Amino acid sequence: MPIEVLMPALSPTMEAGKLAKWLKKEGDAVKSGDVIAEIETDKATMEVEAVDEGVLGKILIADGSEDVKVNTPIALILTDGEDESALANGASTSAPKDEAPKTEAKNEALAETEAKSDGKPASGVGKVESAAANPPAPEVLPEPDVPEGTEMVMTTVRDALRDAMLEEMRADERVFLMGEEVAEYQGAYKVSQGLLEEFGAERVIDTPITEHGFAGVGVGAALAGLKPIVEFMTFNFAMQAIDQIINSAAKTLYMSGGQMGCSIVFRGANGAAARVGAQHSQDYASWYSNVPGLTVLAPYTAADAKGLLKAAIRDNNTVIFLENEILYGQSFPVPKLDDYVVPIGKAKIARPGKDVTIVAWSIGMTYALKAAEELAKDGVDAEVIDLRTIRPMDTDTIIESVKKTGRLVTVEEGWAQSGVGAEISARVMERAFDWLDAPVTRVSGKDVPMPYAANLEKLALPSVAEVVEAAKAVCYRD
Amino acid sequence: MAVSAAKAAPSTRSDSSAPKSAARGGRKATAPKTSAKTDATSSDGALEFTKEQELHAHREMLLIRRFEEKAGQLYGMGLIGGFCHLYIGQEAVVIGMQMAVEPGDQVITGYRDHGHMLACEMDPKGVMAELTGRRGGYSKGKGGSMHMFSVEKQFYGGHGIVGAQVSLGTGLAFANRYKKNGRVSLVYFGDGASNQGQVYESFNMAKLWKLPVVYVIENNKYGMGTSVERASSNTNLSQRGASFDIPGEQVDGMDVRAVKAAGARAIAHARGGKGPYILEMVTYRYRGHSMSDPAKYRSKDEVQKMRETHDPIEQVRARLIKAGLATEDELKAVDKEVREIVAAAAEFATNDPEPDPSELWTDILR
Repeated sequence: MPIEVLMPALSPTMEAGKLAKWLKKEGDAVKSGDVIAEIETDKATMEVEAVDEGVLGKILIADGSEDVKVNTPIALILTDGEDESALANGASTSAPKDEAPKTEAKNEALAETEAKSDGKPASGVGKVESAAANPPAPEVLPEPDVPEGTEMVMTTVRDALRDAMLEEMRADERVFLMGEEVAEYQGAYKVSQGLLEEFGAERVIDTPITEHGFAGVGVGAALAGLKPIVEFMTFNFAMQAIDQIINSAAKTLYMSGGQMGCSIVFRGANGAAARVGAQHSQDYASWYSNVPGLTVLAPYTAADAKGLLKAAIRDNNTVIFLENEILYGQSFPVPKLDDYVVPIGKAKIARPGKDVTIVAWSIGMTYALKAAEELAKDGVDAEVIDLRTIRPMDTDTIIESVKKTGRLVTVEEGWAQSGVGAEISARVMERAFDWLDAPVTRVSGKDVPMPYAANLEKLALPSVAEVVEAAKAVCYRD
Repeated sequence: MAVSAAKAAPSTRSDSSAPKSAARGGRKATAPKTSAKTDATSSDGALEFTKEQELHAHREMLLIRRFEEKAGQLYGMGLIGGFCHLYIGQEAVVIGMQMAVEPGDQVITGYRDHGHMLACEMDPKGVMAELTGRRGGYSKGKGGSMHMFSVEKQFYGGHGIVGAQVSLGTGLAFANRYKKNGRVSLVYFGDGASNQGQVYESFNMAKLWKLPVVYVIENNKYGMGTSVERASSNTNLSQRGASFDIPGEQVDGMDVRAVKAAGARAIAHARGGKGPYILEMVTYRYRGHSMSDPAKYRSKDEVQKMRETHDPIEQVRARLIKAGLATEDELKAVDKEVREIVAAAAEFATNDPEPDPSELWTDILR
């Protein structure tokens, strides 16, 4: 039987793509490893390699076909001794059919992983991706402090971060970006697209894979008066560098009696992506939150990503800027202003309510907002606070809300013990004990290293259902 | 290898002159013992392999190649998730080295680890099932592509943090010396990792304490998207141990015979109590850094040229045919057998159930 060649996925979350070009034609001999076709998505071009040896018997999907679903047969390969008559007799698939339990697509994140460009320099730095390619996140309240009538532009978190760096690098030549694959590769997650083209290799610097070393170089440059942005491919790799971040960056101002500070931003993806295993999935919010001398930011929306990153770059101190890979591709309205800066240390009421307060940040907001929608259907009116800054923590906004609702649920992907939720809980207990009508409840990542298996990973992370359940529990509803 | 310590470890490999066919996916193929005549124990030693060695190398490299192609295909079908770093192109490195080890020697590597596991004779079914995150995987589905281990096969992972395995592998060597067990640890890392600080901290300790360790730098020319020239001030990675007085040599990592010969020298050095040794394997990865890397930082011509002129498997194949040691049909039969093993592994990895939800809470402490 001829062997079917299936439309491959560039990532576990890709559903369809364009069959750009056939590199072999019907009748050509192919052997494993031969590139037989090129496929494209909106962000990348990849090659399809033959796995089996034989003759390309029939092309089922023509050059240029758009929206070819993953796992659609695209060609038939005739193996040993088969001639074209075999084509009439159906085909066997060259690999087991997909019977796997479907991994829940956490949007397009994995597709973005590490690489997702066709290598073209970003056309028009500052361009806004169409919202169609990146589904908008759930509705949140309009950004505060934005003048009425300001035009809002749907922007991905990825582009918002890039825009922030772009604007600050234009405004202040002391600002530079360094990290692994930030320049020629345009960023491992494409956050720094186009920056090399505009600012050159003096200010957009590819480092070797030497996290401890380049973090120290960044701190040294900051001590000498520059304003580095140091990108970690993910914060998991910043564990290699955490000594420089804490011992050298965070403590020097104090140790020098105020003579010498360190104005530097350490930024990158934090927390779980999708099925990248225990060593690439940790949430470090509570680690950095523990350290005096650090400012820790963890935005959710694209507007906050932009406004807070601009604030972070301008800040005179060491800022840990925690991004999230899953959020990079999500679109949010961003005010079209020349200089949109969001203040550090101010939480935001993302959804007002009166029955229960839910505090979250970064990707935790996705669970919180969806849970609030669910709860509303059951008549529970949840107030959702987007913390945005982990340290210094905007305790006042939380206390004020708890005094109104009497109930509090915190949401984080990190572990519960000594987590940010634990800190919030302690503060509320200290300052609003008499207003609480139920114990504060934490929804968090499970107390285990992140498993790889799809079903276990899902169980290890918080879920909307857990937030709903916790909120109902503190409201004494079933 | 004519080294005294080897006698302490009884060889279980010496009787088999040809790889046995693997039954039910469990690979029992054994490395044929090098005959005295062709054993390369010095730099001027003959590179020639015996027929058995050529056939062994051919089959084992082919198994990795076919396994990785299948893994790429399963990734394309959404059965494998997360990161998946394929070893295609580099097969001669790990196979040549494994032809030089003694039983009990340990192997540790980074995240491009599937080939090393197969070379350590780990079951392709268990490896593939880990890639698909199923309960029959080597880590019960909890580790994934980058995190697999086999105490039985002395394979110590499978590490996701660039360079971390270099210190860990040095620690394995420390334990070997401590226990005086005559074993050597083989520590694999890439050109990218060779710039990490802990590599040099490890080098210093390894030399200071004369640890039995061989550092195998798999220089495949690119650390993700960055070429060696753009990442390393001195691109001769074999000399990275110079300031610690660790000997090193550059090896044609596409020629399994050169790898085996150099491996034998290095392992003999380490086992003989002289401390660490560095081998820079000059090799090439055909695929992107990971599945989602379109690899636009190099030209297609460059890749194609390597495939056509330096392919490690094709080299052996051509030699076998030319010398009349094997016929096309015989080699085709090997390919068929290897494909069947890989197909069985894929079948298993597809049908094996996901881990039981209760596994979420196991293996955290013991």
